[in-house]
This record gives sequence, C-alpha cells and structure tokens, in this order.
Amino acid sequence: MEAATATQDTRRTGKKSDRARSERRLAYMLCAPAVIAMLIVTGYPIGYAFYLSLQKFDLRFPDDKEFVGFQNYADVLTSSTWWSDVAVTSIITLISVSIELVLGMAIALVMHRAIFGRGPVRAAILVPYGIVTVVAAFAWRYAFDPASGFVQGLPLISDTAAPLTNQAGSLLVIILAEVWKTTPFMALLLLAGLALVPDEMHEAGKVDGASAWQRFTKITLPLMRPAILVALLFRTLDAFRIFDNVFIIQPGGALGTETVSILGYNVLINRVNLGLGSAISILIFLAVILIAVFFVKVLGTSTAQQTGEAT
Amino acid sequence: MPAIEATVTSLARWGRLAIGEMRRGSRRIRAALATTVVAGLAVLTGCGVGGTEGGSGRNAINFYAFNEPGGSYDKAVEDCNKEADGKYTISYVKLPTDANQQRELVVRRLAAEDDDIDIIGMDVIWTAEFAAAKWILPWEGENERVATEGKLEGPSRSVEFEDRVWGLPFTSNTQLLWYRKNEVGKVPDDITWDQLIDDAVEKETAIEVQSAQYEGLTVWINSLIAGAGGQIVTEAGDVKVDSSAAKAAEIVSKLGTSKAAPPGMATNKEDEARIGFEEERSFYEINYPFIYPSAEAVGKKFQDSIGWARFPRTVADEPSRPPLGGINLGISKYSETPDLAFEAAKCMASEEHQAIAAELGGLPPTTESVYETKKVQDAYPFADLLRESIDEAAPRPVTPAYSDISLAIQKTFHPPDGIDPGSIESKLKDRIERAGEGKIY
Repeated sequence: MEAATATQDTRRTGKKSDRARSERRLAYMLCAPAVIAMLIVTGYPIGYAFYLSLQKFDLRFPDDKEFVGFQNYADVLTSSTWWSDVAVTSIITLISVSIELVLGMAIALVMHRAIFGRGPVRAAILVPYGIVTVVAAFAWRYAFDPASGFVQGLPLISDTAAPLTNQAGSLLVIILAEVWKTTPFMALLLLAGLALVPDEMHEAGKVDGASAWQRFTKITLPLMRPAILVALLFRTLDAFRIFDNVFIIQPGGALGTETVSILGYNVLINRVNLGLGSAISILIFLAVILIAVFFVKVLGTSTAQQTGEAT
Repeated sequence: MPAIEATVTSLARWGRLAIGEMRRGSRRIRAALATTVVAGLAVLTGCGVGGTEGGSGRNAINFYAFNEPGGSYDKAVEDCNKEADGKYTISYVKLPTDANQQRELVVRRLAAEDDDIDIIGMDVIWTAEFAAAKWILPWEGENERVATEGKLEGPSRSVEFEDRVWGLPFTSNTQLLWYRKNEVGKVPDDITWDQLIDDAVEKETAIEVQSAQYEGLTVWINSLIAGAGGQIVTEAGDVKVDSSAAKAAEIVSKLGTSKAAPPGMATNKEDEARIGFEEERSFYEINYPFIYPSAEAVGKKFQDSIGWARFPRTVADEPSRPPLGGINLGISKYSETPDLAFEAAKCMASEEHQAIAAELGGLPPTTESVYETKKVQDAYPFADLLRESIDEAAPRPVTPAYSDISLAIQKTFHPPDGIDPGSIESKLKDRIERAGEGKIY
C-alpha cells in the first residue's frame, strides 16, 4: 500500500521521491534476470537467424559467404515450392483445427458433465496427448502401411486402399494423426472455458423454456467465446508449424505432403544452406505472428480476458 | 555411456537424500540441493561439450559408418585393432539406418569441426561435397597408390574429385535384375525396360523397384538416363539435361501406370522390394545383392529358384549403365591423428576384409582380384556379373551440390504414376540449375 501511495504522490507532484526511485530500481533488478534470460534464449536466436537470412551462406561452401540483402527472401517467395508448401500447411491446419474444435467441444462437455468416474474419463481422454508425437506418428504410419498395416484388413475398407501411396490419402492420415493427438489439448482448454459458464444462467434459461441446444448456442458458446478463441489460437499456431507427424508418416514430406517446417528442415539440415534456410524460418515466424495478430486484433482474442470475466 | 549412468545414479541418490533432508527439516538441504544442481550441470556439459561417441585418448580412432548388419565392419575393426597391437584403437560408431540421416549427422558434425570423427565411411556420392567443403584430407603418395591400385573402374572414379583422390574404396555395390527362373524362364542380359515391363504385364506379375521419394529414386533415374547416353552433370560440372531424361521418364511412367507396378510403388524402398519378391508378389526385382543371402532365410528352394541378369537397358542399342553404390573411407580434416587414421583405414579396407564384407555383409569388393577368391566365388554365384556391372556402372553426378541436385531429381520424378514425360526435360533442367545455385524451385 505504501508503494502505491508513493507512486500516486510522484504522479501528482511530477517528481520522484528517493524511495520511489529506489523501489523502481529494485523492480528493474528483479525483472532483469527474466528479461536477460528471454533475450538470450529467444531474442538472440531470432536476431541471429535474421542476420543469417541476409547472407548467401552454405556450410559446404564457406568461401562463398557474402551479404545478399533480401535476395534469399525473394528466392523463397518466388519459388513454387514455398507456395505449394504454404497451401499444404494451410489445408492441414484448417481441416485439423476445425475437426479438433468440434470433437474437443464434445469431449469437454462429456468431461464437464461426467457424474461418475470423472477422474478415469479425463485420464483416458488425455492419454493421446501424453504420448510422444513421434511414437504416435509411427503407430499411424504402420497402421496404414500398404504392406503390413492392419487398416486394410478392417471391414468396410477396401483391401487395395493404400492411402499412404498418394497425396490425398497421406494428408488424410496426417490430419487424422494430428487430430487424434491434439484433440485432448483442445478439450482441456475448452473445459477450462466451460467452467466459466455459471450454472445459474443455465437454470434461468431452463426456466424460460430454452431447449438444451438453445442453451448451448445462446448461453454456453457466447460466454465461452474467449476460451474458444484462445484454444483456436494456440492450436492454429501449433498446427501451422506441424513437423513431426509429417516427418514420420511421409518421410521428407514426400508425395506432396511437404509443409513449410519440413521445407525449412530440408534446406537447413539436409542442404545445410543456412542463408536460405534462415530466410524460410523467419518467414514461418512472420506467418505465425500474422496468425496471432489476426486472432488478437481481428477476432479480439485475449488471454487475460478469461480471468477478467471470471472474477 | 557409463559416465552418464554413473552421474544419473549419483543424481538420484542426491535427490533421495535431499528429499530425506527436507522431511527431516534439516538445514543441510541447501547443501544437498546445491550439489544436485552442480551434478546436473556436470551431466549437461558431459553430453554437450566434452562428450565423445566413440573412444577417446591419444590413440583412439573413431570410425563413423553405417551399421553393417552382417558384422563384417565389426570384424575389420576387431582384426585391425589386434594387428595394431596398441598403436591405435578403432571404435566403430554406427550411423542411423536411414541414408539421409547418415549424411545429415556426418555433415552437421563436420561443419561444426568436430574432432571426434577420424575415419568416415562415406557413401560414394559424398566425395565431391566433402572434398569441396574441405572436410576430408586428400590421399597422396603411398596412400593414393593403395587407394587406387587394382580397383575397379567405378569405385576408383567415385573417390576422384578435381584430379585428386579423396577416399579409399572399401566396399562397392550395384544392382542386378533378379527373377524367378521357374516362373519366367531365362532372362537375357540385354533385355530392355520396355520388353521387361511388357513381359511382366503379360505374365501378370510386378517388377519391384525403389521408387519412393528418396535417394534410391535418384539411383534408378541416374542409371536410366545414363543408359540412354545422357549425363546429368558433365565432368566439367555443367548441368546437361537432354532427351535422355524424357526417355527415363517414359520408362518410369510406363511402369508406374501399368499393371506391372507393385502395390505401394510410390513408397517402396529396398526392403519393400525385397519383401515383395520374397512374398512372391513379384517375379522380377531390381535390387542390390543383399537380397541373395536374405533369400536363404526364406528357404533354400526359393534361393535356388532365383535367376539374375544385368540391369535392363534403357534403349535397345546401348548397354545398360547399372547403378553404383558403396562405401569409401575418408579421413576427416579435423582428426587429431590423421596419420594413424590413414593407417587404420588401409588396414580395414584390405583385400581380406573386402572378402569378409562380401561373405558376411553381401557387399561386393572394390578390388578386382578379390572377385577371384574362393570366399567371394562361393558367396556369389553371380560374382562375374557383379564385377562387370560395377566396372561399367554409371556414377551419380560428381558435384559438390549433389544433395541439392538429388532432391530435385527425386521431386521431379515422383510419384511414378503422375509424371509427364513430355515436360520433364525443361522442368528437370530448371530445377537442377536452381538447386545447384543454392536456391529453391
């Protein structure tokens, strides 16, 4: 309280007391370790990647290193590979996040309403999220393997169907694996949102004669809007950077399943072309920022709003 | 990694201690925690900076190579260590099974100037890339003589780059056309791809090939193009894509869209092809000779029913150019004991060890005279055809930008049932040129 009065005083007088100044200094010092750590672990790599992206720099030809300005960006943005990869990534993102939202909402309602066995139900639903993505991806790949997978042997599925040998089938399996893996995460975020909807509202709605569906669309959904947007934001950002599922299910992004992250990997790690690869990384970073800005500014997502409304 | 295990055990002990102290509410908890943190840091630095995968010490030679499942590389290492009698000790560090990952691991370490690598078991296609990047040492004088003397044409060309020798050919490899004698009769050595596909369609069987989007596809395409007289990159290092690329595309497309296409053709690699042949899904198979010892596991009768012919021709009037694979031993520039490494490499790639690699690992020798030895003649009834194929094989492009070019080829010729031979020439040329300049297409 004393601190608050002190700051108010200084605001009023326009001068800072010694005490306020020293407290301010203390605040800076307390923040400093966190800020420095952030600068080292995020600021420096991003800055360095940007610096690299302005160079022609291939580890195999160290003598040819030179500054080329935005040439690498021009190369990437004028290539057909980049744009087809952006399209593939967007398709995967859009479809998987939509399915996850619907499924996640259903699962969240089940978890919310579960009367008995709440613990086991929640645990069972969360299992896929707890499994290492690479392991899960291998399971999906082997399940659909044209030679040894069991899926072909299932009833209602053609014995000659081999989804992993064509583009549409491969994308389908990748999306399925992605949905299976991250729906629990979506459900968990939505469950937190559901907890924000006061029961009295539902009771009031019930008294007014609203059906269950009306109560869901008119009461639950609007009140959950912030939680839904946050969940969508997190999942979209994640899905856009999809890497492990594709890397395992269709190695190297074969058969037209190459996503932007796989392209970055191929250029950076396989071709060890640090300049071009860093340009791709920075472009992915910018795309992710754009998505975040779209969610926050256009749709009005706010991570703080959730707690704000709850109190 | 015994060091790490020990540290982890002691960490766990300190952890238990710390919890115990906490329960007892003692002040010594701080000391215990501090020690835990220090031990944790020790683990981190142990893995990151000072760690070595293989042996360390002044006489330690680390040999990074793919994991030869037959055990012949292990045997070579063991023999040479015995022979060296303490002068050096080779440790065999096994690389991942996936060919792309093998290269990625080695390239990453070499680019970081890792002095842990002494001898590299280099795939034949790495020579130009590693030499141009100055990651490996040239073989000069006596070393050069040992590296090239008595070697077959294909392997000795695979270690050359800009008029110098950069490796010692250890084992070689090539592909043959395998078939089931009892099902399809005798196949002539001068059969063309067109005839082969027509024959397979007629006999209602499939032809197993390596046509997933990976290095194996480049192997196939390169041989098809060379078989039509083409050469993707000339000796001078220029990109030269001509009508032979269209001819290669016609063959791939013809097989890919025909009834002779094996199931899963777009994702098949060496092992899928082997399994398809062993499960009698296909009576024809293009593959490396490792499938022959493997067939013995299926049954002696099955193995005896296998016939072999030279890699099929692209065009009727020119001999085929079979693929060339194999492992060359290169010495890292960052090795702290290069002289010992050269010596150890020469020991491992001796004629005796080449014969053992042929016997145990199914890997054809690089030295011509080894084909005459009883061991090889016994292991391979087709030894002479192998030698001929390796001698006349078409090396893949020798260029520092090989992996970029290979990725471009793979992307252009995939999937096998979806390529357009009419437009492939200009597409391939454009992509290879852009890839070679370090751009994307």
